Amino acid sequence: MTATPETATNRGVQRLHAAFARAEAEGRAAFIPFMTGGYPDAARFGEVAGDLLARADIMEVGIPYSDPLGDGPTIQRASEQALAGGTSTRRTLELVRELRQKDDTPIVIMTYINPIYAVGPAEFMRLAQEAGVDGLILPDLPPDQDLEIADLAAQHGLAVTFLIAPTSTPERVKLVAEACTGFLYAVSVTGVTGAREGAALGEVPRMLDLARQYAQRPVVVGFGVKDAATAQQVAQVADGVVVGSAFINAVAAGRDVGALADELAAGCRR
Amino acid sequence: MSTAKLGCPKLRIMPLSIPSFPLPDARGRYGRFGGRYVPETLIPALDELEQAYEAAKQDPEFLDELDRLLREFVGRPNSLYLAERLTEHAGGAKIYLKREDQNFTGAHKINNCLAQALLAKRMGKQKIIAETGAGQHGVASATAAALLGLSCVVYMGEEDMRRQSLNVFRMQLLGAEVRPVTSGTATLKDATNEAIREWVTNVRDTFYILGSVVGPHPYPAMVRDFQSVIGEEVKVQLQEKEGRSVPDAIVACVGGGSNAIGIFAPFAYLPEGERPRLIGTEAAGHGVDTGMHAASVAWGRVGVLHGSMMYLMNDDEGQIVPPHSISAGLDYPGIGPEHCYYSVMGMAEYVPVTDAQALEGLQLLTRLEGIIPALESAHAISYAVQLARQMKPEEIVVVNLSGRGDKDVTEVMRLLEQSENKQAEGQEVKA
Repeated sequence: MTATPETATNRGVQRLHAAFARAEAEGRAAFIPFMTGGYPDAARFGEVAGDLLARADIMEVGIPYSDPLGDGPTIQRASEQALAGGTSTRRTLELVRELRQKDDTPIVIMTYINPIYAVGPAEFMRLAQEAGVDGLILPDLPPDQDLEIADLAAQHGLAVTFLIAPTSTPERVKLVAEACTGFLYAVSVTGVTGAREGAALGEVPRMLDLARQYAQRPVVVGFGVKDAATAQQVAQVADGVVVGSAFINAVAAGRDVGALADELAAGCRR
Repeated sequence: MSTAKLGCPKLRIMPLSIPSFPLPDARGRYGRFGGRYVPETLIPALDELEQAYEAAKQDPEFLDELDRLLREFVGRPNSLYLAERLTEHAGGAKIYLKREDQNFTGAHKINNCLAQALLAKRMGKQKIIAETGAGQHGVASATAAALLGLSCVVYMGEEDMRRQSLNVFRMQLLGAEVRPVTSGTATLKDATNEAIREWVTNVRDTFYILGSVVGPHPYPAMVRDFQSVIGEEVKVQLQEKEGRSVPDAIVACVGGGSNAIGIFAPFAYLPEGERPRLIGTEAAGHGVDTGMHAASVAWGRVGVLHGSMMYLMNDDEGQIVPPHSISAGLDYPGIGPEHCYYSVMGMAEYVPVTDAQALEGLQLLTRLEGIIPALESAHAISYAVQLARQMKPEEIVVVNLSGRGDKDVTEVMRLLEQSENKQAEGQEVKA
């Protein structure tokens, strides 16, 4: 039996871990901006995502979904607008492929599970691999709900990330941490995505302590990071900082996304 | 039985133990359907709910309290009513109506709401949230919250608030806050999304009363159990009236599927040969070929929505297709996982009934029996008449008359005027 070359199954994992290691060596938490695929439209997505990618350690691209039950109003509206503009599941992967031609920074796809099932898990993984995707973040798939998805992803060189929340029990944290191959994603608040007033560390240090007991992986924190100050707080304790809604708000308001990204990237310095 | 002669059967409506069913399995699955596809934040809450429910359903105190409320507050048992003129009209099998429309608040929804609100109280949760489509579940939740002294927020699509403005006011009168939902299609599925988001955010002190047999485990099982009182009563009442507890066919409308599962489940696991035909009528809207409908089984694709794998109206990229139905209560793009299992296993059939057929069914029952059914239930009436016509006079069809039509009267008036105008125009053109 010919063994699959290690690099094929670990490609995404290795590239992601290298990105974290690089940031760590430079005294930073990894800066992980998020943008909804095809928002505000396919052409401008290319520009905005390009600006973010140039400043990111890892970039997160969301597949627009009609029923995003883990997202607050900002990402809901961005998804609706992207879908209305004709960007759905396959098109988002094509947009990633286009981005990939300009920049080699790791890209992960954030998607609800239904689009993966609708396209067909194997077909979806194949398309993602071809587009140059490095990993998947699955916000509505607790890892014990689908025991095949992580293996299927690995066969296509994709890392998988599941989420933990402030409500997670030690047993759940262990289960989720062990299922993640790329990095573990800690949700900072009990709630949906979105920039909030007064979002602070809260339960994050306790969660991270727990997560690190089980996770041999980097742990990133997201939900509610909106400016350099909040990023700075999170960067002290986490391996990576995810910022999403703040960039969508900036695009919606016509503000300079690159400048905001510079500010937030600087906030990730320890 | 002498009590039966008085017209007031001494029926213990909630058997001391809630009936147990073979499914779901330990992972909350009905075959491949069901499960828990939700943000991790909710998993501990679902575990907590499952444990609390398992304990409650074996606790005589909880069961007695529920039994008392169903009897004295809801007015159960409601009747199993022989629709003589409808039977005569169909000219075949006897048609019985299970009169869930006689329940206080006008539909079957209250059976589940009272039970879940009692459970909330038992768990020490003071805040109730709920989603609603037609408003029946919202009204029932608001009623249960008022009765038990809990606060209540109901999420309702803006489009549904327009269609069911009377129910909005009823909820407000009952002290509930109705929060309009504008995202997506502004109907039931979006109201459910919003209720889940609210639950994710305030999961520690909030109890989510889900109104149908959908959502993450244990909801589909729990709602079924609380609604199975419908089918359990049918067994006893049919025995009294006909000397047998199992009819030949049962017809119920299906959106998410709570009234249907309530009347199907107590019969569904009977061995083949003893099991009656179980027929769920899906909302076919303008017709299943038009794309303007809410018939998930007819749509034929499987997907994940609101935490559960089920038949789902979604496109080949996984986006949910906005459903359409004349009735807000059936206007849902999915169908509960246990129904999906029944369908795959051939334990029940799911058939499409159009808006126009439902409207005819509503008028038929109203004129022949003096009962105005909900537009939802009218889907079942319409099909039951066709079915009974093909059956023998000694056979029996039971229709779940899941709710009364008062809430729909304005909408029906508008629709009938519209079709009269169309007919008039047609005649002018011909002339």
